[in-house]
Amino acid sequence: MSFFLETLVGGVLAGVMYALVAIGFVLIYKASGVFNFAQGSMVLCAALTFVTLTEKGLPFWLAGLVTLAIMVTLAVAVERVVLRPLVNRSQVTLFMATLGLSYIIEGGSQFLMDARVHELDLGIADLPVALGPIQVSSFDLVAAASAGALVLGLALFFERTRVGKSLRAVADDPQAALSVGIRLPALWAAVWAVAGFVALVAGLLWGARQGVQFSLTFVVLKALPVLIIGGFTSITGAIAGGLIVGAGDALAEIYLGPLLGGSVSTWFAYGLAVAFLLVRPAGLFGERPIERV
Amino acid sequence: MPPAAAALDGRALAATSTPAGSPIRAAGILAALAIAAVAVPVVADDYWYNAILIPFLIMALAGLGLNLTMGFAGQASLGTGAFMAVGAYATYNLLLRVPVLPLPFSLLGGGLIAGLVGLVVGLPSLRIRGFYLVAPTLAAQFLIAWTFNQVGWFSNYATSSAISAPHLALLGRDLSSPAGRYALTLASVVVVTAVAWRLVRSRTGRDWRAVRDGETAAAIIGVPVSRAKLSAFFVGAAVSGVAGALWAFAYLGTVDARSFDLDRSFQAMFIIIVGGLGSLSGSFLGAAFIVLTPILLSHLSGTILGTGLDGGQIANLQRVVFGALIIGFLIKEPNGLAALLGSLVDRLRRLAHRPDPLGED
Repeated sequence: MSFFLETLVGGVLAGVMYALVAIGFVLIYKASGVFNFAQGSMVLCAALTFVTLTEKGLPFWLAGLVTLAIMVTLAVAVERVVLRPLVNRSQVTLFMATLGLSYIIEGGSQFLMDARVHELDLGIADLPVALGPIQVSSFDLVAAASAGALVLGLALFFERTRVGKSLRAVADDPQAALSVGIRLPALWAAVWAVAGFVALVAGLLWGARQGVQFSLTFVVLKALPVLIIGGFTSITGAIAGGLIVGAGDALAEIYLGPLLGGSVSTWFAYGLAVAFLLVRPAGLFGERPIERV
Repeated sequence: MPPAAAALDGRALAATSTPAGSPIRAAGILAALAIAAVAVPVVADDYWYNAILIPFLIMALAGLGLNLTMGFAGQASLGTGAFMAVGAYATYNLLLRVPVLPLPFSLLGGGLIAGLVGLVVGLPSLRIRGFYLVAPTLAAQFLIAWTFNQVGWFSNYATSSAISAPHLALLGRDLSSPAGRYALTLASVVVVTAVAWRLVRSRTGRDWRAVRDGETAAAIIGVPVSRAKLSAFFVGAAVSGVAGALWAFAYLGTVDARSFDLDRSFQAMFIIIVGGLGSLSGSFLGAAFIVLTPILLSHLSGTILGTGLDGGQIANLQRVVFGALIIGFLIKEPNGLAALLGSLVDRLRRLAHRPDPLGED
């Protein structure tokens, strides 16, 4: 039983990180209807920039600030150069554009910085902590706590502030939002900048766990099932979906893996997502039918 | 609805609306065929066959398969790589376990099996619409790759994950030389394309387009929507399956699930978006772009940048340029190369007031 609990808690803690990445998607999706495949490469880019700066001797806070500045610049550039010319184009076209964008960001950041695996030590100890009957890694706890705090902060930010309200207005009806004076380009830039910030945090946490390397971009492939399960338009959904996928992956790997011959987690989340799509197409917290007739 | 969320819209219609029976077009197709079948074997060397012509033709076929499903019938799919893998493994097993079957039948069988898998993968399309369909197709992509890695029977219990393809021969003639593999590829591509060409002009093709352009309206006027969707998945996956078998046998010489990963699916999607959704010739133009650009880029970077950079850095630069080209294309030419070519031909025709041979490629 305690083994089951340990697996479950470990999965849930990983799930918080999935939720973090998924929130970046939800924001951009709500604002512009784009499934942003470049989110994974933004995670890589942020982590790589941060780690390169600290290797050059910059203190953590300064490296963080510089990286954030770079991510915001990137966000504004993306809005100006990619999104604006593609307004009103089909969702698949926009998806392909973000795929092209991910090539640029990945190639560019690996060209300018090093493509090798960078160690990233955030100074958080990785020790087993007894939590009732089970053992949990202290790093996982801290990571999940900071991700959780960020998730809550973002949820509140988009619930309460003006930017958040404009975001929901745009998601509701872009034409109406435009006509009451919401500046769509500025909102897009803001949302991409926040997504860049989320990518930075996710990149630091994942990078500290598994080293800063190309495989960081693969988190993007976990985010799609998270979004389908939670609903593309809901931050709450991203959190719930992240936890479900994290826990489901961990449990499936342990209990289903031996029966089926291992590495079940490569597709398990997608199987789950398809089941959700068939039963509840809008996801757990999705706001509307997924496709208008 | 978000401003840009209009799912696969009818814009692609523009690409299909070039007059099908126009003499320019017929002449162009005939000339292209003559060049491919007669002129190319005279001048091409092994490098051209192996690095350019064979991958170009096969990826054009893979793109064609996806274009039938996505461009004509409007069902988004990121499972092309998986369908190609099924085609490759199915053909491999047919050649291995049913040796009496001649090569063309094994290829056909591989395609049909891939089509059946595509049919199953397409089942969720009966309930899910638009871009969300990428989820079940992605699930198939991962699940199928995993299956081929886990279940030894498919690879005849080979110890390495890449199994070498059986010898290629037809009617006693050896097809394993580059020219032979090119001939096999070209013949398959021509046959499959001809079938696809007939199909999209048949009732089935009209049903597909009706479903793409307005599912509800199509249902009201009596188009069998479910059958159209499933048949689009079946035919598209079957065509991609043949492409996958050719990729394994005529191009790589090995059957390896890793060569049909998600990147291959993305590549197929790039091909049809750059080439033109809902356009058969667009699949070929897009494949030419996708296959040739990286080759051109590596030649260019070799001559411009000289020897100052190592291979990894050049590869990174290529990624950047390729990504920028894709975005540029999406912005500048929404209907793909096929529409670009069509308008070019139109302009030339108006200029010259007579059929112009420039429409030939």
